[in-house]
Amino acid sequence: MSKPFTPKVVTANALLEGDVVYLDQKSEWVRDLQDAEVVTDEASAELKLLEAEARGHEAVGVYLADVAVEDGMIKTTHFREAFRAKGPSNYRHGKQAELT
Amino acid sequence: MYHYNDFDRDFLAERNAQFRAQVTRRIDGSLTEDEFKPLRLMNGLYLQLHAYMLRVAIPYGTLDSAKMRQLAMIADRWDKGYGHFTTRQNIQYNWPDLRDVPDMLDALAEVGMHAIQTSGNTIRNVTADHFAGAAADEIEDPRPVAELLRQWSTDHAEFQFLPRKFKIAITGSPNDRAVTKAHDIGLRMVRNTAGEPGFEVIVGGGLGRTPMVGKVLRDFLPKADLLPYVEAIVSVSNLLGRRDNKYKARIKITVHENGLETIRDLVEERFALLKPAFEGIDQTLLAGIEAQFAAPAFTTASVAPFKDAYHHDPVFRSWVDTNITKHRNDDYAIVSISIKAHGQTPGDATSEQMRVMADLAEEFGHDELRISHEQNVILPHVHRSHLPAIHAKLKENGLATANIGLISDIIACPGMDYCALATARSIPVAQQIATRFDELKLEHEIGDLKIKISGCINACGHHHVGHIGILGLDRAGVENYQITLGGDGTETAAIGERAGPGFAYDEIVPAIERLIYAYLDLRDNEDETFLQTYRRLGLAPFKAALYPEAKANAA
Ligand code: SF4
Repeated sequence: MSKPFTPKVVTANALLEGDVVYLDQKSEWVRDLQDAEVVTDEASAELKLLEAEARGHEAVGVYLADVAVEDGMIKTTHFREAFRAKGPSNYRHGKQAELT
Repeated sequence: MYHYNDFDRDFLAERNAQFRAQVTRRIDGSLTEDEFKPLRLMNGLYLQLHAYMLRVAIPYGTLDSAKMRQLAMIADRWDKGYGHFTTRQNIQYNWPDLRDVPDMLDALAEVGMHAIQTSGNTIRNVTADHFAGAAADEIEDPRPVAELLRQWSTDHAEFQFLPRKFKIAITGSPNDRAVTKAHDIGLRMVRNTAGEPGFEVIVGGGLGRTPMVGKVLRDFLPKADLLPYVEAIVSVSNLLGRRDNKYKARIKITVHENGLETIRDLVEERFALLKPAFEGIDQTLLAGIEAQFAAPAFTTASVAPFKDAYHHDPVFRSWVDTNITKHRNDDYAIVSISIKAHGQTPGDATSEQMRVMADLAEEFGHDELRISHEQNVILPHVHRSHLPAIHAKLKENGLATANIGLISDIIACPGMDYCALATARSIPVAQQIATRFDELKLEHEIGDLKIKISGCINACGHHHVGHIGILGLDRAGVENYQITLGGDGTETAAIGERAGPGFAYDEIVPAIERLIYAYLDLRDNEDETFLQTYRRLGLAPFKAALYPEAKANAA
């Protein structure tokens, strides 16, 4: 039996700044995980991934990252994605400084 | 110090212009990422977790004040006001914009620096003993040879697509401070029975997935044979190295699979062909380079101000006892500036600190600076009379931490705070260990101890050769830290032994604490270092301290 599908976001790094971006419902790249579109079925996830991959002039290294939705908030489920969404832990740099 | 000639300058200008055009074509969409990636990597530009990262080579770790100030300027203008010095004596900028990178490279070229071959399957920045040219135990300054290797390896047509990256380290001292036994080629200067200097050539060392201590390929290689011999080794590796599996492509695996004897025969055969082809050109070049590395004009002055301060100021005395190394001139000293104040990120220096260090080098240090693979900055030539003034200035700028060689002088790679390949963080673990032992006020009592931390199996943090090595892993989606013990990166090199199951993020510092208390109990006397105690007693008592539950369960 295949594993049940877990919710996902489409993510990549922006071509110019290199920072983490997510795809939103309007298929635009956004910087804040909370603005991302959460995909809940495998077929549309694959489709969105393909579409995003075709936009290599905007963002690089596209992939699907696991998330969970709790109380209307999008939560990362792996610590790597948590750091990508927040920034490094040794300085208040990156998203934790830029998104407030 | 070597100064670029017209050839170096033209080459760099051309490469930078090419890259500028490539960046433009990437941004306007004419190049895809697949096309662009190898081009940016050839110019040291990585894409990391949160941003691009530019890795700039500091050849054999040598800088002058002009170069250091330019690194500071670049940090201010195009990054976030700091840089990260690495175990390969490079500096990394963590936050550049793609659009700015061509300007950064031009700014580097202004002071004769670049980012070429800091990535890719090429011969990387040649690293050297950070005390080169100054150490009391040195046979000869190895940097002219390192510069010769740099010139030869830069853009070498035959070696742009090696099976894998290729790292060379060199030292002019019998005491190995350059970790030569953990490199693809390690060169350690020795004398033959006639007293002539030459090199012990070590091959096939390396850390990473399959850590190996290098093996001696030649006991004594005359200095004049160095370049053709090194070329022979690289070409044998180029030919035999496996391209089907990147984990088996390094020369350590080639040596392991083919046997040292076979490799030796092939190298000697190739060397016999190459040597006459060099026609001594390398020796002419080397002579020219050597002239540029002439020792500075050492001054003579009274060392009384030093003695006076040493006598009266305990903070200064502690700093001298910990951070100063014997210079080959008795009136001089080698100053290691710790850029690891307790709780700071190992290897990071702010632009302001870079400028302070540049000023000190210019005013008191014959305009020389070095970056150590241990991620500190060195003033290699300081007259002892200037030490009090230097210490005062360092203190004002958070640079006077007296911890060189101690438990808080930790090597840590960027880990998952920056690195896209990481499996766990390393920086905060280093910060917490340093802060904890500073609180305990134990670090001077503990004495010589090298802790090295890597955020993944690639081992940029040299954890295998740490007396205590820490490797961060991802175990089922949580950070987990594996401890190795008894590693050694010097001439008595050894790969650390795995102590047992890993520790969670919040358990690793207490585990290190237990380990250290065990050592303090177990050591014969205050002079027996952690490594000596470990070598005397083996893993068992340390394991018992690390895993008290296991002991309790067995009882
Ligand atoms: S050891 Fe791993 S995590 Fe650390 S810098 Fe190297 S590749 Fe990145």
